[in-house]
Amino acid sequence: MIDNSPIRTFIAHLVLVLGILIVAFPIYYTFVASTHSLQTILRPPLPLLPGDRFVENYSEALFGGVGRIGGVSVATLLFNTTVVALGIAIGKIIISLLSAYAIVFFRFPLRMTFFWLIFITLMLPVEVRILPTYKVMVDFGLIDTYAGLIVPLIASATATLLFRQFFLTIPGELVEAARVDGAGPWRFFWDILLPLSRTNIAALFVILFIYGWTQYLWPLLVTNRNDMNTIVIALRKMISFADADTEWHLVMVTSMLAIVPPILVVVLMQRWFVRGLVDTEK
Amino acid sequence: MSPRVVFPNKILPYLLVAPQLAITLIFFYWPASQALRQSMLREDPFGLSSKFVWFANFKKVLSDPNYLNSIQVTAVFSIATAAVAMGTALLLAVMAEKVIRGRGVYRTLMIWPYAVAPAIAGMLWLFLFNPSIGSLAYGLRWLGINWDPLLDGEQAMALVVAAASWKQISYNFLFFVAGLQAIPKTLIEAAAIDGAKPTKRFWTIVFPLLAPTTFFLLVVNTVYAFFDTFGIIHAVTGGGPGKATETLVYKVYNDGFVNLILGDSAAQSVILMVIVIALTAIQFRYVEKKVHYG
Amino acid sequence: MATVDLKDVKKVYPGGVEAVKGVSIAIPDKQLCVLVGPSGCGKSTLLRMIAGLETISAGTCSIDGKVVNAIGPTERDIAMVFQNYALYPHMKVYDNMAYGLRNRGMPKDEIDKRVRATAQTLELAHLLERRPRELSGGQRQRVAMGRAIVRSPKVFLFDEPLSNLDAKLRGQMRVEIKNLQRQLGVTSVYVTHDQLEAMTLADVLVVMNAGLVEQLGAPLDIYEKPASTFVASFIGAPPMNLLPLRSGQLEGAVSLPAIPTNAATIGFRPEDCEVGADGAAAEGGLRLMARVQGVEPVGAESFLYCEAAGGRIVVRVPGRTAVAVGDQLPVLTRREKLHFFGGDGKRV
Repeated sequence: MIDNSPIRTFIAHLVLVLGILIVAFPIYYTFVASTHSLQTILRPPLPLLPGDRFVENYSEALFGGVGRIGGVSVATLLFNTTVVALGIAIGKIIISLLSAYAIVFFRFPLRMTFFWLIFITLMLPVEVRILPTYKVMVDFGLIDTYAGLIVPLIASATATLLFRQFFLTIPGELVEAARVDGAGPWRFFWDILLPLSRTNIAALFVILFIYGWTQYLWPLLVTNRNDMNTIVIALRKMISFADADTEWHLVMVTSMLAIVPPILVVVLMQRWFVRGLVDTEK
Repeated sequence: MSPRVVFPNKILPYLLVAPQLAITLIFFYWPASQALRQSMLREDPFGLSSKFVWFANFKKVLSDPNYLNSIQVTAVFSIATAAVAMGTALLLAVMAEKVIRGRGVYRTLMIWPYAVAPAIAGMLWLFLFNPSIGSLAYGLRWLGINWDPLLDGEQAMALVVAAASWKQISYNFLFFVAGLQAIPKTLIEAAAIDGAKPTKRFWTIVFPLLAPTTFFLLVVNTVYAFFDTFGIIHAVTGGGPGKATETLVYKVYNDGFVNLILGDSAAQSVILMVIVIALTAIQFRYVEKKVHYG
Repeated sequence: MATVDLKDVKKVYPGGVEAVKGVSIAIPDKQLCVLVGPSGCGKSTLLRMIAGLETISAGTCSIDGKVVNAIGPTERDIAMVFQNYALYPHMKVYDNMAYGLRNRGMPKDEIDKRVRATAQTLELAHLLERRPRELSGGQRQRVAMGRAIVRSPKVFLFDEPLSNLDAKLRGQMRVEIKNLQRQLGVTSVYVTHDQLEAMTLADVLVVMNAGLVEQLGAPLDIYEKPASTFVASFIGAPPMNLLPLRSGQLEGAVSLPAIPTNAATIGFRPEDCEVGADGAAAEGGLRLMARVQGVEPVGAESFLYCEAAGGRIVVRVPGRTAVAVGDQLPVLTRREKLHFFGGDGKRV
């Protein structure tokens, strides 16, 4: 290791601490705000330390039913968001595993056509086909349903490509050994392929869970009823900057509750997440 | 490499791809084809009949000053976001490579914003910089700056750029760290022996070798700024004040769902589609290279 | 216990490439048959057809008198040892060995008994709880063997099982495989490109080239009477010296024995040469003047690389040698150690 001079190391730490301040401060300050009363928040500057209203604010938001979004409790919103995030993550993983398995381990007519059909969806994000997709949802009666929030988002070229790439690294001899050992396609899938894909699945799960949790445009379109909102959409509805009657302390609590679950997932599963992120984009 | 070993089943593979294919066809290809069709139709004011107008909608959209403004806004927003998010992340990644103690802690704290929804990121920043209750806005005014992003277009732009880049720093940081770690230490040592000072080493050895990562992130950040930041704009400025932050995606949404101009909105969708295809093509040229050279 | 019978087996790939062009081999019960040849000669394809991993384009493959062309690898009751071992990386050694038995629905205690017994034989008992990546190359090789043996199949198939080991370990495992195969008495097919492995292991040796059998027989018979120039140059190390004949004459030969009329090439092994020998031994033999271009002493013997009769030859001499580069030597080979091949490369 070269260039280890104490001054340089000190500068490096200094820059990093500054970076952390920028990165973490908005989140920390939201937490601080969530523990103060509305009156304190409305009279800036806000103190840098948490206040004494933690219990009151959080219990009011969780169980009280927040006024601006039609009396829906934050617990309902959290439940909706969890269902959506899990549904998208698990659904995507399952259908991508299956299609990648078919494309890599079988030879059949139209195989490459299917591969390209899936691949090209990379180029068709929701944003470029908003209206017609919305119309499909209406025609299927999927507005304000969990299926409507989840199903259209689980077709993913990225996950399929990742699994395909990983499957291609599995030596052919392993498949042959399994066949000689009496394993058919399903047994091979369950006994060998799935266990070998564990880390990939874990990594992808983190990324897709975040993806599902942070969706905005899609839930905005397909939910009208307040009790079907995800927490991100509900937050947007709670805020009115022009009005003075935004209940900021509750908004801050809701923000915290919207931020903490995905942060926990990312931090606790950091090892898989970092690997998965860097791998997915290869 | 020997040809891929496969299972001999005939029907099973079709069943395996069926779910993904069905969803893809229903929710991707059908709507996309409808967007294409719609983009060449014009409805009468009562929505009773529509007629085929070829590229008239495109002509109309592309000559609309509001749309041209939107292109400009998107360009400024994307370039600023990519520059700020990547510059900050690169600086932090280089510093993180220098330190030995506390590396893990820094990384853990650095990846938080990745988990924050763009819309919420926008709201947090707006809370900090809201002219009436934002503590940092209070600070800016105390410094004598006439701060009001709800009225001043440039300040509104600065605010959404800050929120959008803040959210993207984590992602870029992780990739720059991975990129830096992939550079052989011996190269840097060789440069040191050749007499290059640290700063020079960075610009002549590290930065050029980091180019593939940088280029990749440039594409990803552009895509992010184009599409994923819809939530930030929608939650923070609503395209305002006075269309100062109305990006292309926001305009598609606004024209289609709020103003209900279907033909225009569809034509804008198709233009966006072309942009995504171009960006994806660039991205995959990069991927191909990476596969070949390592 | 089984025989393996191949009758005019062919493999044509979809692109039209013919990898195996009609091969017939009958392997008697309990015998070890080695398929040897250069890469691309079709030996691995042939093995994989016996395993049922490749379809047979034409001809028949029978195991134990029953044609198996149409049945999959699972039902053929064979076991295979792969070149890179193909151990399941996420399973412990125990589970790697038990997997095939479980798939066949064998009762648990029977599986346990068999796995432990096999592990004992192969000295793997202390490794049963490890995973493949925690094992050395030699240990992995044993596990791969164990996975095959534990099933007590009708036929063992080995696909270059030793090529990933270092030279010393390879020699050791060669002996072990041979002993195990004898002891278990299981009919085996073994593919290798290493002629030393082929010679030492085979009961039946099959030399293949370009999708066809060049020669089939007992290893020493093949060594002593190679059927073609290809076999002559493939079996034996260093390979047989081959010199072209021009209208029945060898350029630069001091004395030449009677030569079959249609011979185009004369061959003799480096180990059958004598240097400078004179007198009675030379009667009726071949005598050449050779010019030494290189000397390789390897301890027990030395190899002389020479130029003679317009070609290059290798001569083996025992122990140390005083011969130096540039020397002119008389090289003699007895009549009965000479081989003759026709214009088509076949023995005459």
